[in-house]
Amino acid sequence: MHGLINRSIQRFVVDEYGQDIWQRVVRQADLGFANFEAMWLYEDALTGKTLRACAAVLGRPQCELMEDIGTYLVAHPNNQVLRRLLRFGGQSFADFLLSLDELPQRARMAIAQLDIPPVDLQELTPLRYRLCCGAGIDGYAPFVAGVLRAMADDYGALVLIEQGRGAWLDITLLEARFHTPRAFVLGAKTG
Amino acid sequence: MSENRMRQDQTGPATTGSGVMIPAAALDAVCPLHLLLDRRGRVLNAGPTFDKLLGAPAAGRDVMQLLQVLRPQGIGDMAGLAASDGGKLRLRLAAPCATVFAGTCQKAGPGQYLLALSFGIQLAQAVQRHALCASDFAATDLAIELLYLSEAKSAAMVAAQQLSHRLAGAHAAAEQEAQTDPLTGLCNRRALEQRLTDLIATGQGFALMTLDLDFFKAVNDEMGHDAGDHVLCEVAQILREETRDSDTVARLGGDEFVLIIGDIQDQALLQRIGQRIITRLSEPIPFGQHRCQIAASIGTALSRDHRQPTPAQLLKDADIALYASKAAGRARQTFFSPALTR
Repeated sequence: MHGLINRSIQRFVVDEYGQDIWQRVVRQADLGFANFEAMWLYEDALTGKTLRACAAVLGRPQCELMEDIGTYLVAHPNNQVLRRLLRFGGQSFADFLLSLDELPQRARMAIAQLDIPPVDLQELTPLRYRLCCGAGIDGYAPFVAGVLRAMADDYGALVLIEQGRGAWLDITLLEARFHTPRAFVLGAKTG
Repeated sequence: MSENRMRQDQTGPATTGSGVMIPAAALDAVCPLHLLLDRRGRVLNAGPTFDKLLGAPAAGRDVMQLLQVLRPQGIGDMAGLAASDGGKLRLRLAAPCATVFAGTCQKAGPGQYLLALSFGIQLAQAVQRHALCASDFAATDLAIELLYLSEAKSAAMVAAQQLSHRLAGAHAAAEQEAQTDPLTGLCNRRALEQRLTDLIATGQGFALMTLDLDFFKAVNDEMGHDAGDHVLCEVAQILREETRDSDTVARLGGDEFVLIIGDIQDQALLQRIGQRIITRLSEPIPFGQHRCQIAASIGTALSRDHRQPTPAQLLKDADIALYASKAAGRARQTFFSPALTR
């Protein structure tokens, strides 16, 4: 698994719960090191191990945690870069949904070894969508739900996201412009 | 009023070579950064993004007042632009912002030319300068992807730079904590001092020998540093062979070595060990076609000479004895005694 993903989990724990809790996760998961490096590759098993340790240390169900991580990645002030990169996907939340098919390619374009599990969007009606989220990856659907909720908020859209019993999400676009979207200037100076 | 009417009449659909008519609105959508020109260079229609850059409608203006052709050089009028024959152009907006475009001018119909423009490599600056948004680009334009890519790459670059800074820091810290002399693989000063402290703490007696090479500087100066490094490695090997595994051999830098001989306090035995080392080190060391001639002087201190020895004290004792060996003509061993300090 790419270090960026593991590092994101670490940053979620540190930013939301503090360094001490992260150190408990490190011990619980028996990682043998204190920090994930964003630019290194790790064995896939480490990611699951870390997530299970987070759930155990925080005493929360893992799927709930996954959704919080998804929201954190978009909404937290420390993650402006990712939020901006996602906003390049479309000018409206509906546009953004339609761009999700390309997410793995977009990720790979940024960082060649970054593998994001694919999602598949079905347009049920112009306002209703069903998103299948890589069955087989534990917690991926709630994670994507967290990302989508935060992105809808970013676009100022009002949406209803329900998780089906399988690894899919039902998304209903209630209002495209429910409140003022967060600013997204194409030519913002970053970094 | 009459000018507006004239514009409408002449804007009409552009005609391509095969006779396909493109309505102006479609042209605006697929190429929002274009100028449709008549044969005198007057703007018949301007794409919405071009108007946005200009801050005013371009229709009716003379193209040569709006744009300056940078490449190819020497194009100063509409005739020149028409004669560019669809080749690649570089143009500059004749406004204070001086935005640069890549462009091409194609014959679009009877007496009409289509000048299509793009931002080229200066895309990011242009987007920033003119506060452009996604709708200012054609749906098929890769500009947004290019901006995405440039932002994603700079984020990845920042992460990579942070990593390399952390690694450099870790490398420096590891060097600080290293126990080994990288050239010879012997212990370094840090490891030696640790070993001495540990031995003193156990209370067991030992001997400390400092060994200094004679004529080593001449080898380095006359045969080069490769020869010098080779000699140091050979010396290290000989010192390893002449001591037991439980003893410690260290290089403190340059041609200065230190040996800790554990459990032996007998001067006669230590004398024999020292002599063996001196004898072996007086044999020339081959290096390529050369033979490097060195010698060794030794100063030896015994831990039992002090009731409460310290590493610094013992090293100082051994150095005093070493100095005495050198003063007495080199290639010999001297045992420390208080008399030497007088």
